Amino acid sequence: MSFVLSGIFTPFHYQFFNNGIIVATIAGALCGLLGVFVVLRGMSYIGHGLSHAVFGGAAASAVMNINYFVGAGVWGVASGVIIGRIARRRLIGADAAIGVVTTASFALGLALLNRYGQAKKSIEAVLFGSVLGVNTIDIVAVSAVAVLSIVLIVSLYRAFLFATFDPEVAQVSGVRVAWIEALLMGLLSLTILVTMRVIGTLLISALLVIPASVARMLTNSFARMLWISPVIGAVSSFTGMYLAYFLDTSASATIILTGTLMFIVVYTVTGLRGRTRISGLHHI
Amino acid sequence: MIGEVLVECAHMSCAYNSTLAIKNVDFTIRKGDFVGIVGPSGSGKTTLLKAILGAITPIEGHVTKKPQLRMGYVPQVESVDWNFPVTVLEVVVMTRSAMGRLPRVTKDERAGASLVLERLGLGGLENRHIRELSGGQQQRVFVARALFHRPELLVLDEPTSGVDVRTRHEVLHLLADLHDEGVSIILSTHDLNGLAAHLPRLVCLNSEIIADGSPVEVLTPEVLEKTFGAPMEVLIHGGMPVVVDGVGADIAERMSRLG
Repeated sequence: MSFVLSGIFTPFHYQFFNNGIIVATIAGALCGLLGVFVVLRGMSYIGHGLSHAVFGGAAASAVMNINYFVGAGVWGVASGVIIGRIARRRLIGADAAIGVVTTASFALGLALLNRYGQAKKSIEAVLFGSVLGVNTIDIVAVSAVAVLSIVLIVSLYRAFLFATFDPEVAQVSGVRVAWIEALLMGLLSLTILVTMRVIGTLLISALLVIPASVARMLTNSFARMLWISPVIGAVSSFTGMYLAYFLDTSASATIILTGTLMFIVVYTVTGLRGRTRISGLHHI
Repeated sequence: MIGEVLVECAHMSCAYNSTLAIKNVDFTIRKGDFVGIVGPSGSGKTTLLKAILGAITPIEGHVTKKPQLRMGYVPQVESVDWNFPVTVLEVVVMTRSAMGRLPRVTKDERAGASLVLERLGLGGLENRHIRELSGGQQQRVFVARALFHRPELLVLDEPTSGVDVRTRHEVLHLLADLHDEGVSIILSTHDLNGLAAHLPRLVCLNSEIIADGSPVEVLTPEVLEKTFGAPMEVLIHGGMPVVVDGVGADIAERMSRLG
């Protein structure tokens, strides 16, 4: 019995695992929180594209020996704001524009790492995430972005809700919709930036979409979605990270598979009611 | 007695990406007005409403509003996702975004919203999800949201678009009641017989103002052809103009020959 119990707690004897599971759990909650806006605004493609854009910044900062958070951060926030403006103004087809901007940034990152970096190792770490390199700075960074997001979303709750539900009327009612959207894109960029090292570029968008979609099936209330989705994100990240240790699989892939399993269970249990609720979500 | 000027558009032109939507519009809304803007799709009706609301800036001319004018805007029902996870109460208090920053709906807000909802025949539906409402109820929730902060001028974009006859009657009665209570109203509509002909003042718009006056003055075959670019006939029924599609009569004749 004691052998089994000690086995259960084995991963927690390693500092790298403790750092990784803390960052993954907070990242899951953070992605769950912002994912509510991503799914309700039909921005899943933007989230996906943004993670690719941040990859370009990460690669450039690695090659130029600039601090990752500074280089990828500036690049990511700038990309987020540009994508937000393109999507809002509909200057050209938003999907096409986002595709061009973000994949160009991604391709540039790849080229830079091929030419100047330790290509294979760096690319794999950024694409699929890695728990080995996670340190105290990552914990502080993801915690800071989580606190900032919670404070802003709670204190500007009504403006966020109004601008998401009905931006046109929100604008004429005095809500600064463009400002709210820029803020949301900035938070999304920061979230991707601080979670990318653990989750990886390719799987972040799933962590943005799955918990919020599960929450939508469980409730008809925006306010409740804002706490159910982070809880689901945190639970799936913690569980996925923990299982990955024993299954010897990629942490990010196991996290997403755990989330997907929760999605399937909730989809089955909630039946027609859940299906009706998520049927209105765009671009899922 | 002529009411105080609420909104005045002077030589106003508006454009989207260099495409002119409305040009050289001179138009005034006074306290007590109940105005309908009619015109075909793409004639600039929504643009005119948005310019009045301040959502777009004219490229020429200007819009002058009474200082501190309180306006309520009711967009087209189709403009939002009715599957969005919000309750009727949350939608109604949304316009208090600037004042109520935190998620919690205050006691005063709840009481105020309940009064407005009761007034619009939606009492007891505060905690219902918006998807559970009928088309007419959804339209009234939008009106309730606009009325929540007691507007002097209510602006409605196609309030009867896509609704059935019964809902159209409900909306028309509701607007007439609000007007009787002192709310000035401007709305856009395609619906010439079902809505426009019942209003005291109509403005025909097709990029520029074609005519402005009472339905009897404005709904004439000449004005309608100039506005809609298609022949129409006008009959008078019970003292009210009834617009008949000229092409429709032609098609009916051809169909009868086929029969």
